[in-house]
Amino acid sequence: MAKAEFDTENVIDQEEVLRPKMVTVEIAGKTHQVPDGITLMKALWYTGHEVIRGAGCLGGFCGACAAYYRTKHDPKVKTCLACSTAVEDGMSFSLVPPFPARKATYNLSELKDPKQDLFELYPEAPLCRNCNACTEACPQNIDVREGVWRAVFGDFKAVSEMFMDCVMCGLCVPVCIADIAPNLVAVYASRAQGVHYTEKPKGLFKRIEEIQDGQYQEDWDRILRMSDEELQTASANIK
Amino acid sequence: MDLRAFQDIVHKTRDLRRTQTLPKFSPADRDTLIRKYHPDYRERAYRPIQFGPNAGDRTVRELACLLEGESPVPADLPLTPDQTADVLVVGGGGAGCAAALHAHGKGAKVILATKLRLADSNSVMAQGGMQVAIAPDDSPVQHFLDTLKGGHLKNDHQLLKVMVEEGPTIAKWLVDLGVLFDRDADGNLQVKKGGGSSKPRLLTCSDYTGLEIMRVLKDEVLNQKIPLLEFSAAVELLSDGQGACTGAVFQDLDNKRFVLVAAKAVILATGGIGRLHIQGFPTSNHYGATGDGLALAYRMGAPLVQIDTFQYHPSGAVYPEQLVGQLVTEGIRSEGGHLVNVKGERFVNELDTRDVVSSSIILECEEGRGVRTASGREGVWLDTPLIEVEQGEGALEKHFPAMVRQYERYGVNIRKDPVLIYPTLHYQNGGVKIDVNGETPVKNLFVAGETSGGLHGRNRLMGNSLLDLMVFGKRAGLTAADRAKSMQQGTLTLAHLDQFRAEARKHGVSNQITSPMILPAYTRTPT
Ligand SMILES: Cc1cc2nc3c(=O)[nH]c(=O)nc-3n(C[C@H](O)[C@H](O)[C@H](O)COP(=O)(O)OP(=O)(O)OC[C@H]3O[C@@H](n4cnc5c(N)ncnc54)[C@H](O)[C@@H]3O)c2cc1C
Ligand code: SF4
Ligand code: SF4
Ligand code: FES
Repeated sequence: MAKAEFDTENVIDQEEVLRPKMVTVEIAGKTHQVPDGITLMKALWYTGHEVIRGAGCLGGFCGACAAYYRTKHDPKVKTCLACSTAVEDGMSFSLVPPFPARKATYNLSELKDPKQDLFELYPEAPLCRNCNACTEACPQNIDVREGVWRAVFGDFKAVSEMFMDCVMCGLCVPVCIADIAPNLVAVYASRAQGVHYTEKPKGLFKRIEEIQDGQYQEDWDRILRMSDEELQTASANIK
Repeated sequence: MDLRAFQDIVHKTRDLRRTQTLPKFSPADRDTLIRKYHPDYRERAYRPIQFGPNAGDRTVRELACLLEGESPVPADLPLTPDQTADVLVVGGGGAGCAAALHAHGKGAKVILATKLRLADSNSVMAQGGMQVAIAPDDSPVQHFLDTLKGGHLKNDHQLLKVMVEEGPTIAKWLVDLGVLFDRDADGNLQVKKGGGSSKPRLLTCSDYTGLEIMRVLKDEVLNQKIPLLEFSAAVELLSDGQGACTGAVFQDLDNKRFVLVAAKAVILATGGIGRLHIQGFPTSNHYGATGDGLALAYRMGAPLVQIDTFQYHPSGAVYPEQLVGQLVTEGIRSEGGHLVNVKGERFVNELDTRDVVSSSIILECEEGRGVRTASGREGVWLDTPLIEVEQGEGALEKHFPAMVRQYERYGVNIRKDPVLIYPTLHYQNGGVKIDVNGETPVKNLFVAGETSGGLHGRNRLMGNSLLDLMVFGKRAGLTAADRAKSMQQGTLTLAHLDQFRAEARKHGVSNQITSPMILPAYTRTPT
């Protein structure tokens, strides 16, 4: 039958796809053998580690799995998300414990001048010393240093765009020599951008009024009385 | 054959495919296709539940075992509360945060307990967007009809009407909190078209909609100083001996101790079931998506609805191996990306509903027109480069930065090459039965979000879940807060658990697994 024929024919069989081999990695200082190319997270499970703190979405979105790693012969320690990074031979890595950063609290809608208020909420923000460590630490390749400066200069729009990819892993925080938590500054600036400096969506407000004014009541009365067959036809026919 | 040769077929057939439009299936054809190929119709995977509120109903074996499972809580657990609240919210995803913020806003004393960190959830991963009928040529009624059609007319009409009508108000709430939805040139919220919808209706924050919403909600929960219990898994509910819910027992995951919280009302917002790996499917879900809320509510006597139907998202990654099961955003198909078999042919209208598209992919693979990887997986192509051919260079980076990054990490450039996909376990269509305020038939027990059931019928439409979370999280939060004002805290007993255990014995059910599961057992144990 055709199927059997396809079975061999439709297989991607080159070496790098197969990845059958084992590699040596060092996890928190101990050496282990794990299959090449699996994620750091899977390597932890594979080697018998129970992961509670340090795993969240498993898809590269929540930032729970911040990790430090170093590859063979390279002195540079890099950062990554353990659920979204592959192991390679000679790699050493450890999960990063949570860092006790201070988050300011605020009521955004009551702030009068959020761009100025930034300096009260996060007085350390303007003390950035341009070391660029935060940018280098960011696994999402955000120009964090630039973002901090933009926030300080009141360009909240740019901050909100630059930090849309921020997964709040917090890796930019412990490295900061000025004790800034850039990701928290960014959340503040982005939210302020939304609350204070973004156009009000008029179409949305109009729709809310239309609903409150009962504009759809007739349609509802008609639809909610329909039998299943009538509903089927009605839903099949909407354009 | 090597990967490149397969991909070349996709490149070579692109121009021809661009000239084709594929019709959607007729209702009869859809039905036949789904019955033959959708995993919901694999008899072997199902069995009846032996006892409890849904005794005799069929569900997948994995869930049946969980529902019949044994509680980790001993019958003689001392029942002195460690903490008390008016409203106890269990789960730190979208539904939980929305419920907590609204209940807190009404003046209730809220505790928000969650198994991982606040916001580590399925909600944070939503990429496609949130459906709200706000376009001038759209209406809540059309949203209602589209959703019904997607759900095979099995949706609860009342729940659905509430959801579509409150959509715009909830969008405003999010905008007011500072959520930055994408905008049109004229400053209005931009709407995009999603699979199964007749009108563009998806609100998005590029492809980070869930992340943006959760960053804002988490920040607000912290601003409001709502007390949190993180790394605390609910393992049992508490009842007053007369059938009403009065709190919950948690297990602190750091030290394994039990923690009791007495509450006038409890809102379960524990999300989905993907990590049960139903029928062996990989999943797009977060680490904690183990269906805990279903088991807890069930033991308390709350009936479940439509738990025989699950959503297998058409585009789960198949290659590279590190991404297996992870979601490839549906946005690619919304924007015109083709699904292509090994011969370079399209085989389904890419914008059809998820169940139809998933069934079609399974059909292609079963009939030998899929592409197989050496690790034994199989899939079809999603033609991502087509997006840039249609919309110009840079379109993928602009609209799908998360996806570009997702693949870039493993050296795959989706701008140049198509990606392999296969259905992945994504969503539980059904769940605990609720009324329009999120309350279950068990008094003072509310359920919101993916754990609840009825709203989506037999197939959830893309983008309707985020809306569901916000609308019913809010309604549950407000109703629970109101309720708490006019009542006293009930006594704490495990009467429901005693009864559940007696039922299990009566039905001769033994060898039960410990339920809830809390976290999947991925850690390899010595053999
Ligand atoms: C990858 C992905 C993409 C998606 N994209 C979209 C989209 O674009 N649009 C859309 O509308 N929908 C989308 N969905 C669906 C939607 O995101 C989910 O249905 C929704 O987020 C569920 O929200 P929730 O609040 O009910 O649960 P979750 O967000 O999953 O939150 C559940 C919370 O409960 C906690 N919890 C679980 N068990 C316990 C316990 N025993 N004790 C204490 N806490 C517990 C969890 O840790 C978690 O914090 C997507 C889903 C996934 C997985
Ligand atoms: S900006 Fe900071 S918190 Fe955000 S992703 Fe980068 S390192 Fe992580
Ligand atoms: S790490 Fe701190 S001091 Fe250095 S550039 Fe970043 S914000 Fe500035
Ligand atoms: S676990 Fe969420 S980013 Fe890795």
